[in-house]
Amino acid sequence: MTPMGGMTTDIKLIDENGRRVDGRTPEEMRPLKIEAGVLKRADGSAYVEWGLNKVLAAVYGPRECHPRHMQNPTRALVQCKYNMAAFSVDDRKRPGPDRRSQEISKITSEALSHVVFTEYFPRASIDVYIEVLQANAGTRCAGLTAASVALADAGVPMRDLVASCAAGKAAGVVMVDLGKEEDNFGEADIPVGYVPRTKEIVLLQMDGDLTHDEYTKGLNMAIKGCEKVYEIQRDALRRRYEARSLDSDVGAPEGVQKEVA
Amino acid sequence: MSKDVMAELKKDHISKLLTKGTRSDGRGFEEMRELKITTDYIKSAEGSARVQLGDTDVVVGVKLMVGKPFDDTPDKGVLTTNAELIPMASETFESGPPDKESIEISRVIDRGIREGHAVDLSKLCIEKGVEVWIMFLDVHVVDFDGNLFDAANIAANAALKTAVVPAKRAGKGEDFPLPLMHTPISLTAVKIDDKILVDPTHDEERVADARLTVTTIENGNLCAMQKGLEGSFSIEEVFRVIEMSRKLGAETRTRLPG
Repeated sequence: MTPMGGMTTDIKLIDENGRRVDGRTPEEMRPLKIEAGVLKRADGSAYVEWGLNKVLAAVYGPRECHPRHMQNPTRALVQCKYNMAAFSVDDRKRPGPDRRSQEISKITSEALSHVVFTEYFPRASIDVYIEVLQANAGTRCAGLTAASVALADAGVPMRDLVASCAAGKAAGVVMVDLGKEEDNFGEADIPVGYVPRTKEIVLLQMDGDLTHDEYTKGLNMAIKGCEKVYEIQRDALRRRYEARSLDSDVGAPEGVQKEVA
Repeated sequence: MSKDVMAELKKDHISKLLTKGTRSDGRGFEEMRELKITTDYIKSAEGSARVQLGDTDVVVGVKLMVGKPFDDTPDKGVLTTNAELIPMASETFESGPPDKESIEISRVIDRGIREGHAVDLSKLCIEKGVEVWIMFLDVHVVDFDGNLFDAANIAANAALKTAVVPAKRAGKGEDFPLPLMHTPISLTAVKIDDKILVDPTHDEERVADARLTVTTIENGNLCAMQKGLEGSFSIEEVFRVIEMSRKLGAETRTRLPG
């Protein structure tokens, strides 16, 4: 969608053995690590390392919504801001919101709103900040994945976590979780946000060129990827709560002591 | 506040109609509004079209100028899409810098035209790495009654089909028609109370739970997709919208100039 810099190369996206640039099979995701509760100041936070992506998410709120004319008398607003650090890509990114990041912020807010019990907090705002520190394709999925863990870490009541993963096509092969070269020189990308418990799609985009069969295969691969992401999200939260209960055993002053990543 | 109350009342009204299988303008769920396309509408543009989709009225102009290519595509022309939701068109539009909605609309229209390869950008190179044609696709909404995505997509396609590259004016040889490849047509559907309806009016958009725009090309392949709003779709619903997009897109395609 947005080439993250770099030159046109004759890079081979699939080798003779059907392996991808980084040695993965088409069904294989990049390594994913998630840690919840990594920031001290925020009400909730998460850190996601997904292949070469490094993404932080922080949650503030529910808190009073400013400006006040934005307030909704019946429910809270989930307001997400996706931002890329200037040094996160090869060619320095001009700081501040651009059209791409504003679109991602909008669709991420909408996806998260679906799972948050916004009706519990009329007039409030739940602010979600996603910072991409290092980008290597798939940052919107990594951001959404991190954001829902951060919301859970903040204790925001939710129906379920949103898990996110993309699939796409490169060198004619439908594959899950595109890396940077596959994103830049491949033929299509389908980022998906999925609620595993209810099997609902809450974020869906696509660009490129796909036949019906390729799209069907890709969407199913992305959803399967989301289910794997979901397990890692839940594991991160489980570890977070284990850490919390240990803290309270030793009588941490405020009951909760947050560790730093 | 008053807007929300109105939306609740409207939502009830629209829901009631939907359970009876109809819509406030009497259309079926999979029926588009009347479509009127006027090409060569703006003489100062290199290509233009006005599209009226029901009461939604948009004007798209194509302008071309000579400029520098991007470093990563030195042998390709440049496409830039912008949508202006001017206050004239609706009480809900405000003047000033583009807000989230108009950014999303610009990007979804751009994605359809770009990923569907409506224009052969490789034929818009003048000198590799030095000079290419820069193409501006500007969407002006003058009257708004919902579904800007599709109205603007149709207008963009129509404007591109009539566009002429002003080479003579720029001192780059003879004028030539814009080199075209495909006709990517988008279809937008919304979900209200678990029912899926295409080409939503403004009222229907205001009460919709979720929205899905699917863009296809002539052979039925998919080239762009965008889900919006806070609701969700099941996998089956996504495939239903894809089917509708193929079918209605093919019908719309026959309405465009050759």
